[in-house]
Amino acid sequence: MSEIPQSTTTSRQFDELPDAPPKRKIRLSWSGKLGIAVLVFWATIVAIGPYIAPYDEAEFLDESLFIVPGSDEKYPDTDFQPPSRVVLLGSDYMGRDTLSRILFGARTTIGISFIATILAYLIGVTLGIAAAVGSRFLDMVLSRVNDALLSIPSIMLGLVMIAALGSTIPLLIVLTGIIYAASVFRIARSLGQEVMVSDFVEAARVRGEGLWWIITREILPNVAMPLATDFGLRFVWVILFISALSFLGLGVQPPMSDWGSMVKENLPGLIYGSVAPLVPSLAIATLTISVNMIVDDVSAQTGGKLAKRMIS
Amino acid sequence: MSPLLAVDDLKISARKDDGDLTPIVKGVTFNVARGEVVALIGESGSGKTTIALSALGYTKPGLEFVGGEVRLEGEDVITMVPDQQRALRGQRVAYLAQSAAATFNPALTIGEQVTESSVLHGILSKEQAHERAKVLYQALELPDPELLGRRYPHQVSGGQLQRLMAAMALCGKPDLLVLDEPTTALDVTTQIEVLKAFKSVIKQEGSSAIYVTHDLSVVAQIADHIVVLYAGETQEYGTAEQVVNRPTHDYTRRLMHAVRPPPAAGQGDATSGEHKRDAPALEVSNITAGYGKKSDGKPTITVLRDVSVAIERGQSIGVIGESGCGKSTLARVMAGLLPATEGQVLLGGQELKSTLVQRSRDELQKVQFVFQMADTALNPKQRIDHILGRPLEFYLGLKGKEKRKRVGELLEMVELPQDFAGRYPEELSGGQKQRVNLARALAASPEVLLCDEVISALDSIVGANVIDLLRRLRQQTGVSFVFISHDLSTVASFADEIVVLYAGRVVEKGSTDRVLSPPYHPYTRLLISSVPELRVGWLEEAVQTQEAQAGIDRLVTLTETGCPFFDRCPLAIEDTCDQETPPIRDLGEGHLISCHRSESEFRH
Repeated sequence: MSEIPQSTTTSRQFDELPDAPPKRKIRLSWSGKLGIAVLVFWATIVAIGPYIAPYDEAEFLDESLFIVPGSDEKYPDTDFQPPSRVVLLGSDYMGRDTLSRILFGARTTIGISFIATILAYLIGVTLGIAAAVGSRFLDMVLSRVNDALLSIPSIMLGLVMIAALGSTIPLLIVLTGIIYAASVFRIARSLGQEVMVSDFVEAARVRGEGLWWIITREILPNVAMPLATDFGLRFVWVILFISALSFLGLGVQPPMSDWGSMVKENLPGLIYGSVAPLVPSLAIATLTISVNMIVDDVSAQTGGKLAKRMIS
Repeated sequence: MSPLLAVDDLKISARKDDGDLTPIVKGVTFNVARGEVVALIGESGSGKTTIALSALGYTKPGLEFVGGEVRLEGEDVITMVPDQQRALRGQRVAYLAQSAAATFNPALTIGEQVTESSVLHGILSKEQAHERAKVLYQALELPDPELLGRRYPHQVSGGQLQRLMAAMALCGKPDLLVLDEPTTALDVTTQIEVLKAFKSVIKQEGSSAIYVTHDLSVVAQIADHIVVLYAGETQEYGTAEQVVNRPTHDYTRRLMHAVRPPPAAGQGDATSGEHKRDAPALEVSNITAGYGKKSDGKPTITVLRDVSVAIERGQSIGVIGESGCGKSTLARVMAGLLPATEGQVLLGGQELKSTLVQRSRDELQKVQFVFQMADTALNPKQRIDHILGRPLEFYLGLKGKEKRKRVGELLEMVELPQDFAGRYPEELSGGQKQRVNLARALAASPEVLLCDEVISALDSIVGANVIDLLRRLRQQTGVSFVFISHDLSTVASFADEIVVLYAGRVVEKGSTDRVLSPPYHPYTRLLISSVPELRVGWLEEAVQTQEAQAGIDRLVTLTETGCPFFDRCPLAIEDTCDQETPPIRDLGEGHLISCHRSESEFRH
């Protein structure tokens, strides 16, 4: 009897099937890409702004610049001038070039906010993770202090502190850093607690690993991504907070330019149809919205889990 | 007569980021006739759920229909407009998800949820729906049908909830039921109860069903036709009797092979007495442990009571019981994750401190814990070589080249390719992750390996492979195993000794042969008779036994006094079993049974 040749199906290997397709890389949609483009634009301005600015931020423009050829007016107004070839974005209430002030102010506003946010993260994440891994007592103490800090309206706290200590840029940064550390603390603590009860941390504990290893190798890598996304949002709120303080006259002090104070100073210009208060508003809006678009896009792709946690 | 549902050359693909299509289902054809149950069987990734969902005209996000038809009474459900599909779902086709606990809303009463869909679709009025629900509760053998609807989901047991989900699906009298692994997460005793109820209600209602599972022995009980799937293709399609008794395809045979034989004496590896003179590798004596802490130092909930287990060197011990019996708690006490309130843990005769921080690194090294879920036990942000390398570095001080070499050896030991060292856990399949999980424990060169339900979350074939691996590792390394499982066949095929836990107490222990042959403790008998067998008609026989009738469909309750098994025991003695702690009867050769009945009485 002839042997039946083995068919291909019977000799086929039935390999274990993979659980899930390989992890998808984050691909930004058009809104995310637009956000990045705007962000890159402002980052460039921070870097080169003062060098390309046509005038100094504090320079009062000379009246002669505004003399219309053929006109007999010898001393024209320099304040709230509409955009022209001399002042591309018009002039402000004291006759300074809006464009130059925006270019200089980018550094102040974005710089202060960025450093303050980093400070908030250093404080918030350190204490938050400590509360997550530490004893119940430590967690209690830190959390209650944090609750107390959160219960004070941040603008009021800022006003009181600045009124008492005077407005300097280092104080502004430290103050903002502490105020925002409170909300970072909550997120870092809840993220840390979630990882802390996971099986792989338990496995590390059964192995006898110390707390430092567990924090640096097991917990931090797993909370880094959500924290990074939150960093973007927090940065936006800090910008708005600094701008709000400046608007109230307690933030960055003249003659330094800052977007928030620029809006405030030039408010009367609205009556004359001047663009001076609109330009810095637009700058704040584009920057904050672009960061939000990036954060939204990233968190949408990571399953939207992040957004939920930030509300709580 | 035309079939109720005709799936014709169905093709479904996943769309990747770059727009390419990856086929998931590659031309599957089968029919479901009226009053018939068709089972889709395969491993995870075989596309069985995807196919089942297509009966509702639904695909998971990211998937799309690319070809073929799914006709319900001649109408193609794929090309229906959304409005028609909405009318179809829940009204003509009903879906039962795997986890009842996740399906029910804890804030609404059971009655509201069971009747919701049919009232919403306007099939029944509210009163009619509640009447119909009561009929279904009765048909599903649920207790107290009159008042059950007013209870909340947390007030009934897991098995009851699973059956209530069937009531929810059946309330609107659908033509077709789609059941997605409805018994996979359940204990064997609960599984019987649920299967029995499903089978009878399907018969009584004359409805048709698609039953999705990876467990061939479950399918044999309930299906009329079986479709065996692998990687989105039909491997074999035939009647249940034909597929189970005369499989023609290789893959079906592999599935059959993965079904472990029913537990019986003579399966365990031979016990050699030569090591017995040494102190046991690990021993717990008179352990009492639980969770929470009262002011007098006793736990709020006492899970383990007076448990003593000894693991001889090179031996493996199986710990068995339903969920809630304290199996994992026992392992946690041994590992030092949960300090016992009373009793001792001895390692090689030396007493171990009860908490982790008090134990020395050497002591920790000797007892390694393998977690149940490899998905969560491996840090997703660490590469496999880091995961395996850390215990080598931590316990053995290996570094650089030596460490890399040992990682390679470990991968080889668990039969994984060398290049897996550079991968992250999420790039592996479930079975591969479990192997890495094992390799990590082995990396410490332990004396005792605590395996907590290590194959429960795996498909039958993958699980069988892991068991084979464990058996080989045991021979190679001489490590002692504590093997915890609710699956008696798995334990029986692996362990030298079996400890049967019920409600935190040892009710029977002894060598595998002795435990699996009469005399049994009544609970052991219930467990043995509940393990599904791979033959058509087993279910009907199983539910007829005295044990099953008394014991299934009951919760494990922790009791302070008497025998905790009292209310499920067919041999219970009123006023004795519920009042007095049962004596421990020594039947010789270390075979202990804790029962008020004498040996001759429970031998029968």
